[in-house]
Amino acid sequence: MATTIGIWIAAGLTLFIYSFLYKDNPFYKFAEHLYVGITAGYWLIYTWAYTIQPMLLDPIIKNKEFILIIPAFFGVIMLTRWFPSISWLSRWSIAFTVGIGAGLGVTGSIQGFILPQLKSTILPLTGLNFATFNNLLIIFGVFTTLVYFYFSREHKGLLGHTAKVGMTFIMIAFGASFGYTVMARISLLIGRIYFLMFDWIGMMFGK
Amino acid sequence: MLKGKNIPLAITFTVGLIMIVSFFIPHRPFGDIEQISLKWYSIIAGFTMLLGVDSLLGLHFRKVKRKEENWIHSIVLIAGFVMVVIAGVWGTIQYGSAFDERSFFTYIYNYFIVPLQSTMFSLLAFFVASAAYRAFRARNVDAALLLITAIIVMLGRVPVGELISPYLPKFTDWIMEVPQMAAKRGIGLGIYLGALGVSIRIILGIERSYLS
Repeated sequence: MATTIGIWIAAGLTLFIYSFLYKDNPFYKFAEHLYVGITAGYWLIYTWAYTIQPMLLDPIIKNKEFILIIPAFFGVIMLTRWFPSISWLSRWSIAFTVGIGAGLGVTGSIQGFILPQLKSTILPLTGLNFATFNNLLIIFGVFTTLVYFYFSREHKGLLGHTAKVGMTFIMIAFGASFGYTVMARISLLIGRIYFLMFDWIGMMFGK
Repeated sequence: MLKGKNIPLAITFTVGLIMIVSFFIPHRPFGDIEQISLKWYSIIAGFTMLLGVDSLLGLHFRKVKRKEENWIHSIVLIAGFVMVVIAGVWGTIQYGSAFDERSFFTYIYNYFIVPLQSTMFSLLAFFVASAAYRAFRARNVDAALLLITAIIVMLGRVPVGELISPYLPKFTDWIMEVPQMAAKRGIGLGIYLGALGVSIRIILGIERSYLS
């Protein structure tokens, strides 16, 4: 019974959202606001269940890890933004998190992306075969794309021509990403239509 | 003194420096610092969730109070939020976890959040198609290239692509693995070099916009 009601609710909400294809209307607005409200509630509970409780409360209460009072302190002073007279305290928390982010940004960028990607770009160019052609194209593509984003000099002459080639590579990459995104959305659309046809209408006809 | 920017700048500098130093000293206690700070980061971020919820609910409570346009829908939003939170708390009390398969919280996730989310994103299929029509009109060589690549990738990923030509899926793979990857790598290198520069500026206190 609960499943049947759930499928009717899901089908109704699906149709409410699709009603936007005709025009903006109260049914769509209802589903849209409901989505925002329940998602906010869901993430609040999720944060409690998967962050605050297991990472902060349980270790302090059960394992006596009192060192965690430090992040708890920074977390609490983040909430001082509610009180204008002491809201300056929240800057300490922001500074703390930004410091972690910036530190990880330095080591993570170099170790996690720049060096591995450069290593993957230094490819062998031996022999006259298709693999060499592909490797050459990758090296050339990476170099020209980087040149396109070099704005310290005006894109004229050789720099301009190289940047233009970089632009061509970028357009191919954007086209491919766009094609991929469209396919992903179409897959979701097929999933929703499948749900409406087989789970919802199928259920009504006892299939 | 306390209200100024010196203490936050000192905190950022110290924490940022510790993170960098710990990377080069893979021994205790430095070796564990990265994992510990990521955990601490999550805890502090967890508290900011309250600020976000307060901001969202505050906005919609004001709309209801002032009877602004579509205020009825703001009630729907608030009611949805309250329903989920109550279900979450009740699930935790009843089953030990809100995420238990039997809880009403999981029921809401399955029959409200999942269909709403996937339908909302699938709606984009229609708008992406109309946006593509406007954006892809082959006005110049670059736009034509974008259009052709997108069409090839889309056709190469569905069975009809193989029916048109058995080489189409292979050509799609080649596009993804060679020219697409080259440009993506170039863009990525640019982004990460930029992130590296900004991170150093933040640690050194040159970039201070996050404190304003």
